[in-house]
Amino acid sequence: MEYKLTFKDYANALTKGKLLGLKCKGCGNITTPPKMTCQECGGTDLDIVELSKRGKIVTFTVVNVAPEGRQNEAPYIIALVKLDEGPWIMGNLIDIDPARASMDLIDKEVTIGFRVFPGDQFSPGDQARPVFSFA
Amino acid sequence: MRKVAVVGTGHTPFTFATEKTSIELFSEAAMDAMNEANLKPKDIQALYLGNCLGDFSEGQAMLQSYAANDIGAFHIPATRFEGACASSALAIRDAFIWVASGYYDVVLAGGVERAASMGTPLATRTFSMFTDSHYEYPAGLTFPAIFAMLAHLYAKRYGIALEKLKEQMALVSVQSHYYGMSNPKAQFRKEITVEDVLNGFMVSSPLQLLDCCPFSDGAAAVVLVSEEKAKQITDKPVYITGIGQASSGKLSAQKDYLPRIRAREESAREAYDMAGIGPSDIDVCELHDCFSIASLIAAESLGLFEYGKAGAAWEKGETKIGGRIPINVSGGLKAKGHPIGATGASQVTEIYHQLRGECGERQVEGAKSGLTDTLGGDGVLCTLIMQRGW
Ligand SMILES: [Zn+2]
Repeated sequence: MEYKLTFKDYANALTKGKLLGLKCKGCGNITTPPKMTCQECGGTDLDIVELSKRGKIVTFTVVNVAPEGRQNEAPYIIALVKLDEGPWIMGNLIDIDPARASMDLIDKEVTIGFRVFPGDQFSPGDQARPVFSFA
Repeated sequence: MRKVAVVGTGHTPFTFATEKTSIELFSEAAMDAMNEANLKPKDIQALYLGNCLGDFSEGQAMLQSYAANDIGAFHIPATRFEGACASSALAIRDAFIWVASGYYDVVLAGGVERAASMGTPLATRTFSMFTDSHYEYPAGLTFPAIFAMLAHLYAKRYGIALEKLKEQMALVSVQSHYYGMSNPKAQFRKEITVEDVLNGFMVSSPLQLLDCCPFSDGAAAVVLVSEEKAKQITDKPVYITGIGQASSGKLSAQKDYLPRIRAREESAREAYDMAGIGPSDIDVCELHDCFSIASLIAAESLGLFEYGKAGAAWEKGETKIGGRIPINVSGGLKAKGHPIGATGASQVTEIYHQLRGECGERQVEGAKSGLTDTLGGDGVLCTLIMQRGW
């Protein structure tokens, strides 16, 4: 069975300002990041849909110890965002000085953009990733 | 299905960077396990070896085959298990299944890692491989960052002020260091205070240095045999009476269930059901405290405390020897150390000696049933229940 929405297509769309997901014809739920099957019911009858790029921060952390090759990025904020359509996605919150991050960030509304992680010796080249800005 | 017993264990010291190779470390633990069981390498029918990062730490893949040869168990089938920090727990679970099925009578299972030898930057990068490489790692996700996000989520979900939660988390590390003092194999044998934890370097907010387990080198191994064989070897066999294993999707795919990890609840239920006992029957528990907050999350999902209440249990001393359910009296991953591929086997080794009454100062008197909980990455879970066979 052919993969409906690959990482490459998802990431390419992100760099063009589109956040894609999969809408399940069985249960109606949205899955993103994309997978072979619906995250809710396991169904395979899925349509590619464009999402609103809006959501709320559910949790976050300020990373001070970065992986090898990325030390110059620290400190940076990673957040999990619950999209208006339901799924959660992970990305970086870029709108605030990491020193000012606190529990108050939780529930803040954000919009979604992108940046490209250029990859490292273990990664397969450029990887577009979501970033979050306050709505 | 046949009954399966643990009849021997081996455990190297868990340490900062060592000069021994992974195969040398594993062979030391393996020979000790065979000696404890009064078995010879020729008695071993298969080797199941947990190892995650040999490829990166010393350019060594396929070490299971060389390890079997190294210990003189020539030409036996040897298989590597990779389930991040749960690798050797998975190896032991599979060894159980193969002995229980009747296919083998004697299997050696265990694990080894040289995470400390890698140094913090490379270890941090390779531990990040236990996350989704395409959809989550590009954000700079690290292992502490996962549990840091779960800590903030935990505080929010259960309505606990972050400052209060951090004190409770600090007490988890303080207790582990206290018990690490009486474990000669532990990496840290030094008491710490709540203030030490709260004054530590911020690794990934809100986790400070002493909320995090260390990078460690070390190995552990156990011998599993059939009931018939066990009776020939010892009058104090420790039977594995319940096993569970479960998997998860990437962290974001676990969404609203977080900070609970559903796979742990599935795995634990499977193990309890198989053993025919419940959380209140467990006398001693070794759980996966890779971070202080991880202990609270694990203890709740194992059914030992109510959701949102585990921190209070540590505060009240319910997790100490003499308390309701002694947890991580080995020192846990925090003080004993966490050579990831070896951790599951190390936990089983502790429970084995606890049930046999061989733990000296840190002995939980009269322990008859014990449980290990091992977590790999953000969602490989393995639960093993062991009970006295006499
Ligand atoms: Zn569906």
